Amino acid sequence: MHWQSFEAFIAMGGYGFYVWTSFGITALCCVFEVCQLRRRQQQLVLKEAT
Amino acid sequence: MNTLAILRCLLWRDIQLVLRRRSDVVATLFFFMVAVSLFPLGVGAEPALLQAIGPGVLWVAALLSALLSLGRLFAADFADGTLEQLLLSPVGLSLAVAVKILAHWLVSGLPLVLLAPLLGLQFNLPADVLWVLALSLLLGTPLLSLIGAIGAALTLGVRGAGVLVAVLVLPLYIPVLIFGAGAVAASASGMNPEGALSLLAALLVVGLVFAPYAAASALRVALE
Amino acid sequence: MPWFFAIATLLVLAGLYLSFFVAPTDFQQGEAYRIIFIHVPAAWMSMFIYLLMAAWAGFGLALNARLSFMMAQALAPTGTMFTFLALITGSLWGKPMWGAWWVWDARLTSELILLFLYIGYMALQSAFEDSRKADRASAVFLMVGAINVPIIYFSVKWWNTLHQGASVSLTKAPAMATIMLWGMLLMALAFWAYSIGVALWRVRCIIAERECEAGWLNNLREKE
Repeated sequence: MHWQSFEAFIAMGGYGFYVWTSFGITALCCVFEVCQLRRRQQQLVLKEAT
Repeated sequence: MNTLAILRCLLWRDIQLVLRRRSDVVATLFFFMVAVSLFPLGVGAEPALLQAIGPGVLWVAALLSALLSLGRLFAADFADGTLEQLLLSPVGLSLAVAVKILAHWLVSGLPLVLLAPLLGLQFNLPADVLWVLALSLLLGTPLLSLIGAIGAALTLGVRGAGVLVAVLVLPLYIPVLIFGAGAVAASASGMNPEGALSLLAALLVVGLVFAPYAAASALRVALE
Repeated sequence: MPWFFAIATLLVLAGLYLSFFVAPTDFQQGEAYRIIFIHVPAAWMSMFIYLLMAAWAGFGLALNARLSFMMAQALAPTGTMFTFLALITGSLWGKPMWGAWWVWDARLTSELILLFLYIGYMALQSAFEDSRKADRASAVFLMVGAINVPIIYFSVKWWNTLHQGASVSLTKAPAMATIMLWGMLLMALAFWAYSIGVALWRVRCIIAERECEAGWLNNLREKE
């Protein structure tokens, strides 16, 4: 464990913006894809019910 | 009738059909001229700058005008049922497609090769560079027709085919552009263009072998 | 399918732990190099998924199996997403390291062209009304693209060495520490599990949608 504090972890040695944006965009993309698939499935279920 | 005679008839028919509607060919060539002439107006008439961007501009414009002419490669024959006849003909669809591509290149690729050196003069390109430009286009434009034929065959009978062809074909044109423009740029900066030209020739051989086959299988999908 | 997501979550947690708490600070790049733990796996996935799609398409064309076309179709959005992520994280990494959001590096450029190929595939797939035609035509395009990918990569690399003056020399980490390699492998495995889960889910949706469509058409025919 080489992080002195939580602030240092967030700051990432001054590169916090770049590092956290990359990881954040990746997470967002995955969540978005899963949500879209769930919506697609729900629409299918609705269609089959009618 | 043997195979060769059929293919010769097909070639002659395609060329004559295009020559009967000359305005299409002329419009494509005119587009090439206009597109090239726009660049000096956009970036300024600095001779050194024009000399530096000239090879790239001429090649990109050639790429775009090749793209414009792809629409008439198969569309008319698809609409009037000629393609279905070709599918049943004894020569095989791949060979027939290769001949159609050859006809297309003769009427829309070859004029570009002849016109480009003239336009190169506008960019202050020296005489030996103009030769390399013509040679690179001579090797490259058949490839543009070959690759383009695949895209044209894939989008037959699709809504909005014009834009779709551009989206499909332009990424596949990139190696041709790189080696073609690279050869001209190399010779403009005093280097030997032979490497790029021979790579272009190698690509042309690969394209000649695979592209008619790929285009024929795409046509089969459209015709089924 | 939920199993794959569970495995993916576990692997991501392990990979994140390794990449943020175990891997040491790079003495050249500081903490910014930690982007490597998603950038490189995303780039691997983007290329691998394209090859996988081409393989499914080849199976589909050879055996006329509808399911393998659907697998290719189901993988496409995920592959596009990983290509997009590789580009975004690459430029987020490039800004602090090279001082520019975008550099015409050979790898970045080929990745961009790969993104174009993915988009072209999806555009072609959605352009047809008949799903059988769409399957076969876009499979042909995938195969053509797969043959082209190595050529494109080679040509871009050649182009890059020709224009070396303009770009920065971009040799990344010379010797990769074992711990970094492990972190990247874990993240790549997590992306793998995620991709399998998502693709299987999507293929189920596609199958159901097509059945729905077919049933609806049948109902219409019965009424007539």
